[in-house]
Amino acid sequence: MFRYYLKLGLLGIRQNPILSGLMVAAIAIGIGACMTMVTIHYVMSGDPIPQKSDQLFYVQLDSWSPTEPADEPNEPPDQVTYLDATALLKAGNARRQVVSYRSGRVIEPAGQESRPFEIDARSTTSDFFAMFSVPFLYGSGWDASADANREQVVVLDRATNERLFGGENSVGERIVMNGDSYRVTGVLDEWLPIPKFYDLTTGEFNDPESVYFPFSVSIDKEIPGHGNTNCWKPVPDGGWQSFLNSECVWMQFWVELHGDEEVREYQAFLDAYAESQKALGRFQRPLNNRLSDVMTHLENGEVVDQSVRILLVLAVLFLVVCLLNTIGLLLAKVMRRSGDICLRRALGAPRAAVFSQYIVEAGVIGLCGGALGVLLTWLGLQGVRGLYSDLEFVKNLAQLDWVMVLTAVVLAILSALGAALYPTWQACRIHPASQLKTL
Amino acid sequence: MELGPIWRALTRNKAGYILIALQIAVTMAIIVNAIAIIQERSRLMARPSGVDEENLFYLANVTFKKDTNIPAMVDEDLANLRAMPGVVDAIFTNSVPLRNGGWSMGLATEPGEGTESSGVAVYFVDEHGIDTFGVKLVAGRNFLPEEVDWNDPESSRWPPTGIITRAMADTLFPDEGDGVVGKTVYINDDNPVQIVGILERLQAPWNGWDGVERSMFVPLKREMSYGRYVIRTEPGQRDRVIPAVEKMLADSNRDRIIKDTRTMTETRIRSYLGDAALVKLLSFIVIVLTVITGLGIVGLASFSVSRRTRQIGTRRALGATRGAILRYFMLENFLISSVGIALGGILAVALNMWMVETFELTRIAWYLIPLAMAMLWIVGQLAVAGPARRASMVPPAVATRAI
Repeated sequence: MFRYYLKLGLLGIRQNPILSGLMVAAIAIGIGACMTMVTIHYVMSGDPIPQKSDQLFYVQLDSWSPTEPADEPNEPPDQVTYLDATALLKAGNARRQVVSYRSGRVIEPAGQESRPFEIDARSTTSDFFAMFSVPFLYGSGWDASADANREQVVVLDRATNERLFGGENSVGERIVMNGDSYRVTGVLDEWLPIPKFYDLTTGEFNDPESVYFPFSVSIDKEIPGHGNTNCWKPVPDGGWQSFLNSECVWMQFWVELHGDEEVREYQAFLDAYAESQKALGRFQRPLNNRLSDVMTHLENGEVVDQSVRILLVLAVLFLVVCLLNTIGLLLAKVMRRSGDICLRRALGAPRAAVFSQYIVEAGVIGLCGGALGVLLTWLGLQGVRGLYSDLEFVKNLAQLDWVMVLTAVVLAILSALGAALYPTWQACRIHPASQLKTL
Repeated sequence: MELGPIWRALTRNKAGYILIALQIAVTMAIIVNAIAIIQERSRLMARPSGVDEENLFYLANVTFKKDTNIPAMVDEDLANLRAMPGVVDAIFTNSVPLRNGGWSMGLATEPGEGTESSGVAVYFVDEHGIDTFGVKLVAGRNFLPEEVDWNDPESSRWPPTGIITRAMADTLFPDEGDGVVGKTVYINDDNPVQIVGILERLQAPWNGWDGVERSMFVPLKREMSYGRYVIRTEPGQRDRVIPAVEKMLADSNRDRIIKDTRTMTETRIRSYLGDAALVKLLSFIVIVLTVITGLGIVGLASFSVSRRTRQIGTRRALGATRGAILRYFMLENFLISSVGIALGGILAVALNMWMVETFELTRIAWYLIPLAMAMLWIVGQLAVAGPARRASMVPPAVATRAI
């Protein structure tokens, strides 16, 4: 029976090619516009580290000025001070803890003909790689003793290893950065967390850094951060050392905790730490320390751009218009064929049969619209890439995956069926005798 | 008029007409709000930065050797740059407007900890700052060469003089006008800075900041291992000067990297890329939506004409002119559109109120609603014109024929 209805449906579509084409086009354009924005929103608001996102916590301590909050209405600063980061690191009360900040380094390749080049670097501690599940191609990160002994070791990302060593296993080789020699302990495999959750202050969708080296070395060599540095209190005279001891926030601190119990304990530890600092005259604001898991941290950081949310709302409304259009056209189509329907009903077809026939026809239109809609979504994403072609990271956002293709098709069929319900119901209601006399 | 009979005919067969009216209403809500956002973003994009954008470019100077004498290198570079043909002037600084990365401080009118201060973007310049950026000094004077010096890395004192923008002056001292020149403000709690000049306009590096017009020139050359040369060229010479400057800098000293050369024109485009893209996407939505709604009207009108062919024939046979038939369908569409547009006006305002609440957008300008109404009326009449003309061509003889 289904195949027969399918045949009838195709016949119906062929009978009214313009009207049917208009319906398919309306569904396709609606789906295309809607899914383009849904895809971008989906990628932007995705979970960058699904297996661990509820075990990693971003630490914020309210060390800000007694007279005003770091951010309205009463937000703690979005990064931590050197004093607090090193104190928490030393306490070591979580399963893992990592401090890091972004900087810039100049690599001087061996050989006279190759010129020095500048790269983004991350100064961090040994747990970084295990904590954020960073994949390695060769070797590994450094261990805690390298942090303690200020060993000049470095981890390269895949592209930098390609550039310096032609992609060979470079573990044990040495590179020169800003005049100092570092030993390579590992090379990363492709790694592109979207968003770049571990540091939202230097561009939420930028690529990860090219090299990673010990935090202790970086502090020793007085390497300033390339991200935001915010201070509520002037830094006194005295250069680097007094900057380290200042109330400026400029680094990120993450901990790994398993289960609510550990989270509660760590929160209690943070509050106790803040109290101990109050005794020293710091932390003059009421207790306001935060532990946010990855998804909460991304939400707080407003990673999804406002324009994307506006466009998403308008795109959904756009789809509504396209569907209203389709409902109107389907209704017109059904009414035009009320003669056929009356004839079938008069010959004994039950309402259910008429219903099935028109629903199948609408489903076919939905499928065609969906297929075309996926194509338009792809085109739409290319268009968005084109519009933002100067921003490197957009290529990572404007990407279709199978989940989204499937969503588009399902959404198209559901839309078409939903749009078909009312007209089909109208078709069923047509009384067998009403139109027969005009035939 | 035939409004009465047309309206009664409409109410006999509601569903299709309600659908098209709803479609017009939602279309109008989207169009009005999209145009409001387009207006808002275009207004943001049209703000001038205050600098001579056409003739400015800048590049980063990155030093990496431990023993590099940055002051000596920069002073030599600046002397060379200023002597190049086609170059008007050049400085070594930390940022430029629209670059979205820079340095900000707070200025207060009273010394001391915890006094209320206003944020200000800081540009470190020498006495060539005004000339290089091409900004206009409207009161006071420029820095004197002896006021500008290299900083001491161990000290966090600020130079005792500064030049601020008109917007910053008005923020600190409302209603004082040019009287702000000579006044003292405080930076870093108790570090006094005397204002020696006022600039007409110079934007901060962050175009999304609500204090984007508040900037300050500080007479200081900082020993930055990552600094920028900003270079202003003679009109029309920029693209010729850029490669010459890059070559001169790269060849004169190999202990540094010259990178990220960028003109102010490119900087403006990058800075407003998101806004420009949003404007384009929304314009696209407005156009496609209007076309779809127009096509929907065409489809439904064609259907209603073909369904009423015999009635039309009967009317024609009873003496109705072609014009009367044409007028009937045009009026019918006008009535449907009016219902949709009225509903659309309400929806547009509701959607806008929700967007204002959720996305902190500005309210729509009142005239957008009548504008969108007129537009949709015209679209409706244009869309129905074809089917209505076809209806008017139906010959009276149809009435006598069985279909």
